[in-house]
Amino acid sequence: MSHYIIKRLLGIIPLLLGITIISFVIIHLAPGKPTQLEMSLNPKVSYEARLRLEKLYGLDQPLYLQYTNWLKRFARLDFGPSLTDNRPVLDKILERIPVTLTINISSMLLIFLVAVPLGIRSALNPEGAFDKITTFFVFLFFAAPTFWLALLLMNLFCITLGWLPVSGLTSLDFEYFSPIRKAVDLAWHLTLPVFVSSIGSLAGISRYMRSSMIEALKQPFIYTARAKGLPRNTVIYKHALRNAILPIATILGLSIPALLGGSVIFESIFAIPGIGRLFYEAVMTRDFNLIMAEVVLGAILTMLGNLIADISYAYIDPRIRYRNEK
Amino acid sequence: MKNNKLLTIGVIIISTFALIALFAGLISPYDPSFIDQDNLLIKPSAKHWMGTDNLGRDILSRIIYGARISLSIGLIAVGIATLIGVLLGSIAGYYGGIIDGLIMRLVDIMLCFPTFFLILAVVAILEPSIYNIMIIIGLTGWMGTARLIRAEILSLKEREFIQASRATGASSGRIILTHLVPNAIGPVVINAILGVAGAILLESSLSFLGLGVQPPTPSWGNILIESKSTLGVAWWITVFPGLAILITILGFNFIGEGIKKRIG
Repeated sequence: MSHYIIKRLLGIIPLLLGITIISFVIIHLAPGKPTQLEMSLNPKVSYEARLRLEKLYGLDQPLYLQYTNWLKRFARLDFGPSLTDNRPVLDKILERIPVTLTINISSMLLIFLVAVPLGIRSALNPEGAFDKITTFFVFLFFAAPTFWLALLLMNLFCITLGWLPVSGLTSLDFEYFSPIRKAVDLAWHLTLPVFVSSIGSLAGISRYMRSSMIEALKQPFIYTARAKGLPRNTVIYKHALRNAILPIATILGLSIPALLGGSVIFESIFAIPGIGRLFYEAVMTRDFNLIMAEVVLGAILTMLGNLIADISYAYIDPRIRYRNEK
Repeated sequence: MKNNKLLTIGVIIISTFALIALFAGLISPYDPSFIDQDNLLIKPSAKHWMGTDNLGRDILSRIIYGARISLSIGLIAVGIATLIGVLLGSIAGYYGGIIDGLIMRLVDIMLCFPTFFLILAVVAILEPSIYNIMIIIGLTGWMGTARLIRAEILSLKEREFIQASRATGASSGRIILTHLVPNAIGPVVINAILGVAGAILLESSLSFLGLGVQPPTPSWGNILIESKSTLGVAWWITVFPGLAILITILGFNFIGEGIKKRIG
């Protein structure tokens, strides 16, 4: 098992290099430097001043030098200063991560807790009434744009009914609350964002769970289990579910980029100060260091997600473990 | 029988939208960017079926013209993605070895990217325009196709008819293009149809963030930007463009799923 984990961890390194090279080239080859934006906003900045700025940020060097410098700093986890306010990029990201992580982990939990039972229930009686109704809603939610749902729900729950706050993370007088009220206040503000960010994946994953479960229920060992007279629930939840849930772990791991991408949208709709909104601001100001750091960080998160999924896969399924140890 | 129904509904929806897009100039009741100061934020009525926005522009006309933008971005972006995917996937599958290894590593790398981050960054740096959006959505969406076609070709290339054509002296390019790709294209078509839905969704999200199609050109996504400031006042600006996106995506998904069930 540890052999397998080490092998997978080593496999990450070339992938990561590839990712940094591609994103570096794409971001830096584009015509348009952050200094140019500064100049178009403020025409008084002279040509000399612009050159000085470019020199300061190393933008005057050839691309491969810029990249190797970036890589050297990256090895020490130094992503450089933000080009807008000169604060270390890493600090800016770290202070925003908890919010986004809280939302994304809660959505993943919600997705898992709702999609799996829905999928199982549909699979037990495919084409039955329950399956037909869920299929209808799955198609609907899968096709609805997240930001549109967010707007509609905001309109209903925040404006018409007034049950939930429109935007932000905390109430105005948050700092005076007791710890328990703080938690309640946060949860109250996060309800709608979490729901909105999970709804699309929830629909998709319940579909995967359904087909995975139908597949598992067709296996010969299920017939054996039934034939020897095991109770229905044991067969379904012990024998079939264990096999059916495996692919879902991988898919949840693969859905991390989508969740991160989605966070840009709903964080800007709900005015939540997370890394999605930070990225949006970085993009609008062409803050190269910040953009680069977030793209790489997102990729690392994705790879970790895949890795955790694969390891848990190997942990649950001895066949994979043995194949890799040979 | 039920699957044919799904397919039929999908085809009807998409051909309706395609016709609307084609004949936008004839159908739309108003000029989509005509600013009517006397008719700001009008409720849906006989004169304005879907109401007007905060500049007095007719929502229905804007949605009709928006169909053009959304459909063409969806189709062209997926065209680009499918072309790249088929090309790289078939080369990887046919030649194998180092070439296969390199291409598949590239696929792995691209799959790890938070695609939406990448698209946002590139679009913002390159200045958002319809063409940039088509290209960048295409360039970031080919990996699934490449994997599909590679897998198909791996299983096809050992079959007798491929060996036969190799024995008659056909070149590799000819074998790939006339024998392998046409036989492997089924899943790719399904993937492409579902991909159009994804691309339309992406475009509308980009436009909603202000990084997609730029006003005054109407797109379904950027009509919804305005709805944010009129939330609670003018529900029709929120509801109708979103419905247009929803129904179009449903249409493409129905077609994709319908074909999938029919051949699979």
